[in-house]
Amino acid sequence: MNRDLLKFLAFSVMILAAPLYFKGGYMMNVLVFVGIHTMLAIGLNLLLGYAGQISLGHAGFFGMGAYLSGILTVNYTWNPWVAMPLAALVVGGLAFLVGFPILKLKGHYLAMATLGLGIIIYIVFNETIDLTGGPSGLSGIPNLSIGSFTFDSDVKNYYLIWAVTLGTILVTLNLANSRVGRALRAVHDSEVAARVVGVNARLLKVQIFALSAVISSIAGSLYAHTMTFVSPASFGFNFSVELLTMVVIGGLGSIYGSFLGAALLTLLPEFLRAAHDYDIIIYGGLLMVMVMFMPGGLVRGVPDLFRKLFRGRGGADNA
Amino acid sequence: MLEVSGITQIFGGVTALEDVSFAIHKGEITGVIGPNGAGKTTLFNIISGIYVQTAGRVTLNGKDVSGLPPERLARLKMVRTFQNIELFGGMTVLENVMVGLHTRSSSGLLACSLRMPWSRAEETVIRQEALKWLDFTGISDLADVVAANLPFGKGRMLEIARALAVEPTIILMDEPAAGLNSQETLGLARLIRQIRDLGITVVLVEHDMELVMDICDRIVVLNLGRKLAEGTPRDIQDNPEVIAAYLGDDD
Repeated sequence: MNRDLLKFLAFSVMILAAPLYFKGGYMMNVLVFVGIHTMLAIGLNLLLGYAGQISLGHAGFFGMGAYLSGILTVNYTWNPWVAMPLAALVVGGLAFLVGFPILKLKGHYLAMATLGLGIIIYIVFNETIDLTGGPSGLSGIPNLSIGSFTFDSDVKNYYLIWAVTLGTILVTLNLANSRVGRALRAVHDSEVAARVVGVNARLLKVQIFALSAVISSIAGSLYAHTMTFVSPASFGFNFSVELLTMVVIGGLGSIYGSFLGAALLTLLPEFLRAAHDYDIIIYGGLLMVMVMFMPGGLVRGVPDLFRKLFRGRGGADNA
Repeated sequence: MLEVSGITQIFGGVTALEDVSFAIHKGEITGVIGPNGAGKTTLFNIISGIYVQTAGRVTLNGKDVSGLPPERLARLKMVRTFQNIELFGGMTVLENVMVGLHTRSSSGLLACSLRMPWSRAEETVIRQEALKWLDFTGISDLADVVAANLPFGKGRMLEIARALAVEPTIILMDEPAAGLNSQETLGLARLIRQIRDLGITVVLVEHDMELVMDICDRIVVLNLGRKLAEGTPRDIQDNPEVIAAYLGDDD
């Protein structure tokens, strides 16, 4: 058995055992969000960390998944298990089509274009009141169920969400360590060199953009079915920035890093409840500190820190 | 094998190349030389699909490839290297060469995500082939080094290894000896001959005259965007126009 698989198994055991430690309660609800945010951060990381393309509109894809699932199950009484993949397909398809013109852009221009896309989606949520309920939201979204078993408690939802999140982690780890993952990193490092050896950089970027949107959409559907209520406020520009912060803090180009970033940014507000009006300032400060002192994110920065401390002492011993 | 005919490139009001035509013969090493600003790199960028020329045609094995993007040319087995080596800095030496095998493997997004048996089998082949090219260029001991940490000369070797992994029939090298010391340049000359001996056609833009005269079968001379001369190294060395272009005219 190889090391990557062992690492994944150890991580899975830790995740699956967590409810035993927290014994239900409020913390489980928070950990459900950690799972959803982990999926979202991984989706964005594929684009940002691997392919090196920014998106400031990912909250839009997350919202589309949530709303499509919500609308299809509430307004049209579809089975949620049918609505979810359909939503993912629609969102992925949209990202693919939009991706072709948008991903021609680079740097700031790409940031602006994806920002615009996110804002358009947000406006649609607010304005198509007949469909989405507008600013007051869409309620009565059914929980997911298998036969007579309904995912209606925090613990049940925890296992549901984390089963999908672990699946996402496994699939994206596979992808990252494959021919396609290498091509993505190659495009990131030198697009012209990647093209010269035959990588269709443009198509690859669009594909990854679409995959990233599909993952976000699935996370959105799961969010809708666990919360049973969605409103536009959850899918605005602020949340896109929060996702970006998770990816950068966790570590660009690291799947487990995305988990760390998502966990930190989801748990932090729980501990900073007293300062909750200042949370955006704290995120901003955190982002600045990280980019300045740990550009590799937690996943690389923390081991580096330990190594530095350790080496410092080792050097003294030698002297 | 490779033919350029009537290539003209105009940037704004500046004519970088004007009506340049020549043919590259299969299995030969051809050098493209000329003083600074002669248009050599521009010509390379056109042939390799990075620029689209204002006028003229590029044909590869009888097929018109004008305006095809570099990734398509790689599939037609034409590949190039860069003057300021373009490596995938964050990846290891081995991974760099593995990317070179991209066109020779086919597992897509889905097969890779699910680690299908055939994509794993392909991965094994990719790794072995990549190691083979590291061996060929003499840098297999650096396989696990991150490319950004390589000394310049080794980086050059890596770029060549990565290009060879495409299994090209023709390789274009833009100033391969630039930045190399004399020892490394000797090694490069040997390597280029070995590449030719594999049956790969080599075209190089180069400033190092000693190297060019030593290894090239044919030479094309550009000056001020026009073709000045074409022939064997001996023809070129004796050509008064070439000498004038390099050393300056008396009148």
